[in-house]
Amino acid sequence: MEQLVFYLFATIAVVAGLVVVLQRKAIYSALALIVCFGSIAVLFYQLGAFFIAAIQVIVYAGAIMVMFLFVVMLIDPESEFFSFNRIRRVSVLALPMSAVLALILLWAMPVLRESDTNSQSLAQKGSIEVIARSLFSDYLLPFEVTSILILVAVLGAMVLAKKVD
Amino acid sequence: MVSTTQFLVLGAILFSIGTLGVIVRRNTITMFMSIELMLNAVNLTFLAFARHFDQVDGQIFVFFVMTVAAAEAAVGLALIVLLSKRNDSVDIDQANTMKW
Repeated sequence: MEQLVFYLFATIAVVAGLVVVLQRKAIYSALALIVCFGSIAVLFYQLGAFFIAAIQVIVYAGAIMVMFLFVVMLIDPESEFFSFNRIRRVSVLALPMSAVLALILLWAMPVLRESDTNSQSLAQKGSIEVIARSLFSDYLLPFEVTSILILVAVLGAMVLAKKVD
Repeated sequence: MVSTTQFLVLGAILFSIGTLGVIVRRNTITMFMSIELMLNAVNLTFLAFARHFDQVDGQIFVFFVMTVAAAEAAVGLALIVLLSKRNDSVDIDQANTMKW
């Protein structure tokens, strides 16, 4: 059953990822990316990361992708043509190059002993309490630095998007 | 139970698809979306290892990756809007001037 769920949502994620890359219109790419993020959230849930799965749906598929959709609708990008005279030379090599990258990543994969984590500790590890304890003790400084980063990002976005005279 | 290796293989495949998108596409927004896909593939790998070694640190890292991705999306999309205003196009091949 778990295998079935994994393969189902892995297939959906890969197909949606391919649609993101191969679709001509940016709006369809964005919608396919939302589907991809949703199925990846299911896989996160399967890995026992319940909090991260919820964050994935709320922040990624929700907030970030809505921002993408806003921008796509705002500037209305023209659909690309994949005709041969306009195609970039690098694109011909792109498919074998990314296939080689995938092979390298698979080759570099460590041989892993099956871990013996039981589902009890898995459910505990994914809970908000455990994450919050770690986040606000061991990772307190990175957490605070992240808040400064977000503040700078907000200021930068406002300065950039301001009307240019 | 789904093994860690299966998740790692899926992460590798999704990362390669994202790389393909960054190379092939000329539309800046779609390239940006491919980068988000690559980030998600890496997140999947982080969580697979977090489960494998039974530690919570991997999940914390995914949390940070997500916050940084949100900040990056805000600034990047602002840049894309600016680019489309100036250039009247989001084609990456036309963004080749350093000064207007």
